[in-house]
Amino acid sequence: MGDSNYSKAYIQALIDELKTSKIYTDLQCAAQVDLAKPTLRLSELKKGVLNGLVNSGWDRKLRNAIYRFLQTNPKLQAPTPPPEHLKEPLVYLRKAQQSWEKRILKSLNSMCTELNIPLARKRPEKDQKEWAQKWTELGIDGPDLSQIRPVYAPKDFLEVIIGLQNPNYHGSDTPGFYHLWGIVQVPLKVKDIDELRLQYSDMSINQCQSGIDDAQDIPSELFEQERVKLGKKVISANHGPLAQEFSKKGCPTSMRATLWCQILAIEVDEIDILYYEQLKTNVLQHELLVDSLLYKDVKLTATNDDQYFVFEDFLYQVLLPFSRDTHVLKHFDYNSASPPKSYIRGRLGMEEFAVNYPPNGVIPFHGFAMYVAPMCFLFKETITLYYVFREMYIRYFFRLHSISSHPQGIVGLSLLFESLLQTHEPDLFFHLKSVGCHPLKVAFKWLVRAFSGYLSSDQVLLLWDRILAYNSMEILAGRFGGFNNITSHSIDPVKSLLQMKAPCFVHGAQRTKRPGAGSSQREAFCQ
Amino acid sequence: MSKGTKVPGYMQGKGSRNPRGIIGDREIRYKCSLQNTILDVLRGRPGWQEVPGQNNIQPNVNQANPKQAGQQSTGQQQANTGKSGSGSTTQGTTSGYKGSVRNPQGPGTQSAVPTRLQGDGDWDFYWCDREWLAQNYDTMFLYEHQKILHFRNHYELTRKNLMVKNLKRLKKQTERELGKAEGQSFEFFPTTYELPSEYHIFVEEFKKNPGIIWIMKPAARAQGRGIFLFRRLKDITDWKKGEYQPLSDPNREVPETYVVQRYIENPYLIGGRKFDVRVYVLVVSYNPLKVWLYRSGFARFSNTRFSLDSIEDTYVHLTNVAIQKNAPDYDPDKGCKWSTQQLRKYLSAKHGVEAVKKAFKGIDNIIIKSLQSVQKIIINDKHCFEMYGYDVLFDSDLKPWLIEINASPSLTASGKEDYDLKFGLLNDLLNVLDLENRLTGKEKRVGGWDLLWEDGPILADDGNMECAPNGTTASIPNSFLGCHNERKRQLRELYTAAQSIKKS
Repeated sequence: MGDSNYSKAYIQALIDELKTSKIYTDLQCAAQVDLAKPTLRLSELKKGVLNGLVNSGWDRKLRNAIYRFLQTNPKLQAPTPPPEHLKEPLVYLRKAQQSWEKRILKSLNSMCTELNIPLARKRPEKDQKEWAQKWTELGIDGPDLSQIRPVYAPKDFLEVIIGLQNPNYHGSDTPGFYHLWGIVQVPLKVKDIDELRLQYSDMSINQCQSGIDDAQDIPSELFEQERVKLGKKVISANHGPLAQEFSKKGCPTSMRATLWCQILAIEVDEIDILYYEQLKTNVLQHELLVDSLLYKDVKLTATNDDQYFVFEDFLYQVLLPFSRDTHVLKHFDYNSASPPKSYIRGRLGMEEFAVNYPPNGVIPFHGFAMYVAPMCFLFKETITLYYVFREMYIRYFFRLHSISSHPQGIVGLSLLFESLLQTHEPDLFFHLKSVGCHPLKVAFKWLVRAFSGYLSSDQVLLLWDRILAYNSMEILAGRFGGFNNITSHSIDPVKSLLQMKAPCFVHGAQRTKRPGAGSSQREAFCQ
Repeated sequence: MSKGTKVPGYMQGKGSRNPRGIIGDREIRYKCSLQNTILDVLRGRPGWQEVPGQNNIQPNVNQANPKQAGQQSTGQQQANTGKSGSGSTTQGTTSGYKGSVRNPQGPGTQSAVPTRLQGDGDWDFYWCDREWLAQNYDTMFLYEHQKILHFRNHYELTRKNLMVKNLKRLKKQTERELGKAEGQSFEFFPTTYELPSEYHIFVEEFKKNPGIIWIMKPAARAQGRGIFLFRRLKDITDWKKGEYQPLSDPNREVPETYVVQRYIENPYLIGGRKFDVRVYVLVVSYNPLKVWLYRSGFARFSNTRFSLDSIEDTYVHLTNVAIQKNAPDYDPDKGCKWSTQQLRKYLSAKHGVEAVKKAFKGIDNIIIKSLQSVQKIIINDKHCFEMYGYDVLFDSDLKPWLIEINASPSLTASGKEDYDLKFGLLNDLLNVLDLENRLTGKEKRVGGWDLLWEDGPILADDGNMECAPNGTTASIPNSFLGCHNERKRQLRELYTAAQSIKKS
């Protein structure tokens, strides 16, 4: 790790993190085992122990742990930036996020008073027992949800994003030269198509992809068999970066679960199981208003979905403990959002009586359950499912519903989507804009849910493969705007989606079509 | 695709070249006893026309090429005259039997054939119900080209007691001829006894295995009616006394036949729910046995979570849609269904491709073995075809079990997706039967149907996949249940190819 790219403080942070994690003690134990081996010579103590660790696979595990840290912790620019800069460097966006949070809380509070339900209460002994009994079938009779409504939906959030203005950007009210074409008016730097093309070069049309080139009617000798063979090798190496590189071309269905776990460095051990059980106990003991929100959300989304209704119970078993998991709070270090605070009754405003509400600091919105639903196809054990979801959330999904200037934040993705469309499908963009059907208004909810529920589950999983493999969510926006001509078509959701969800959108596009004049791209786009 | 049938006369020239070209030059007339998807399909087929009601005289539509039609049919008719019996001697008799009124004419009266056709019997294709067939089959005379749903004694396979009897017999025969090991491949139906006739053997078996759960099903009823589970012999003695006897038929004197079956206690669960898989199988001939398997189908999920604690709760245990509909919180929009494709994807994500292949191969085995068990018993008739709906259940080791076989699987759609499935299924069924005579007859795949068996297993590749190295794929059976079903594209390619073959 002597790389000069990393500052001393960063490496120190890494070492501190490692020291507090389980791998530190594990390594120590493994080293002691090696030490005790009779074959070890005293003169070659260090070398022998190191060799022993490499042979027993601990070296890989350490590498994976370090890799995980590198991925989740952004490299520090300045020596010691103030913490709020880590969250969000732009003041106006920070403020916008704060006022958005206030709105959410207000809505939550007013629901509480209106319906006269507390934010949290302890369950009576009898209920606790009953809940413990029906833990694996929570969907059978949930609480009465008729009064509960989702706190917000992607539509509300889009309005906020449309309203964002950079006070430094242009002072005049007249829409002038600097006025952006799209509905997102925040000037952030986004990648152009060439940069994306480079970044996603493994997905270019001349590269075979899992999920396309292994379709049933293509002989498996051509691609699939090799792919599976390679996949088995990658899996046996158990090395995060390797799995990640492999996934760039999509995961074979039966290997996806293992590959994802390796990329996210998730190995469920006894401690994790214990931790989950603890969360479960917390759910059984206390009832939160958030539970009802989650319940309602599952009922509204997953249970109504032909693909996911089967997993209703799994979703509760993941989402309810998730809301109690304080580990999630950590991600607020680099998330522009902040966990809402609640105060113990009668001690309003007194900091020492403040608690995070819900304990994980995340207030679910309409469609939240859909972040979990596609993963139910991968994992049979709820616990693995839980940890994979948690990791996915604190790495990626949180960005899809908080306002930030991060290039993978929802603002950046919306902007990227618009700019790609403007640059590569200008006719289409202009036409849609002029008939008042703005493309982002159609696409925003797809982005916020990372396409879950809008594409078939296997397509969603193939897409999420790429999120993990490239450690970036830009692919979500890239899937639309002109980007599809550098990628293969079968995992291109745009065509089918536009057809299904936005008839006017497609219809409009077809009307703009002029004979000749480079319409082939657009045809590919909207057929 | 079907230009020929749209335009009468267009096919005239071609028709003479076809050995089966009897309806090559006119529309295809059909009858249908159902009001659901099948009727939509038939009505939607270009060049097909519904036979009007019973007393209407069909206008003479066959004049365009009477000579040919007459020639084709006369020989056949003569041969059948004796068989079809006395009811068919007088011209124009409007006997009560549908279909039997078609009168054979002497060899000299060729041109007069069409005018004498009585509207009611004048069909080329009849999607009839089983009752109708049972009443009319024996007195019915069919032309060479006519196609009718169901075989005469289809119940050999669809009545639960007969199915088991037939399977047991073939199993014994196989064991005798090929040894115990071969008999193992019949281990796909749970221990079953017929009641009341095998009551004593059952009681013996019951006492040997205390504590296990048994399921009781009426042999002849469908859609899950009259089914219950029990664990104690007392339950069944109560039932014997008449407590469980259905009230619907009090006049019946002979006690209804039931089968009692060992209940599969470790079903494969998804999301805590039990499910069964509906597989569509088309038999176009029993001798030689020719079987098609449809790629798509669905898995039906039980509405509630599975547990053995509440065996009184029928809803959990039965996955028949018909039963589920009565569950108190049934949501019709949801349908509780997955496509077989979805199921296959799910299973291969969890267990790997190989395990799933093996499991689905087990289904092929079930289909073939069950059909073979009745091959010699079913009265084969080249006019008849049958579309079976197999209900298959996976246990927790992914081993498929045969639950039952339906000869009239429900064709009423529960939703848009279901409608699309059934519409495609039936349309492709008509494509396989090929009354339009557009195919070469050598196809291994037509739309979503794959030829699974024709007097022997069909392999996915013989000769048309040159790139297969060292024969690794040689043993892949031509079975693609739950695989991608891009039927429209396949049909387009198929018809283009068939046309060019026929031309040359």
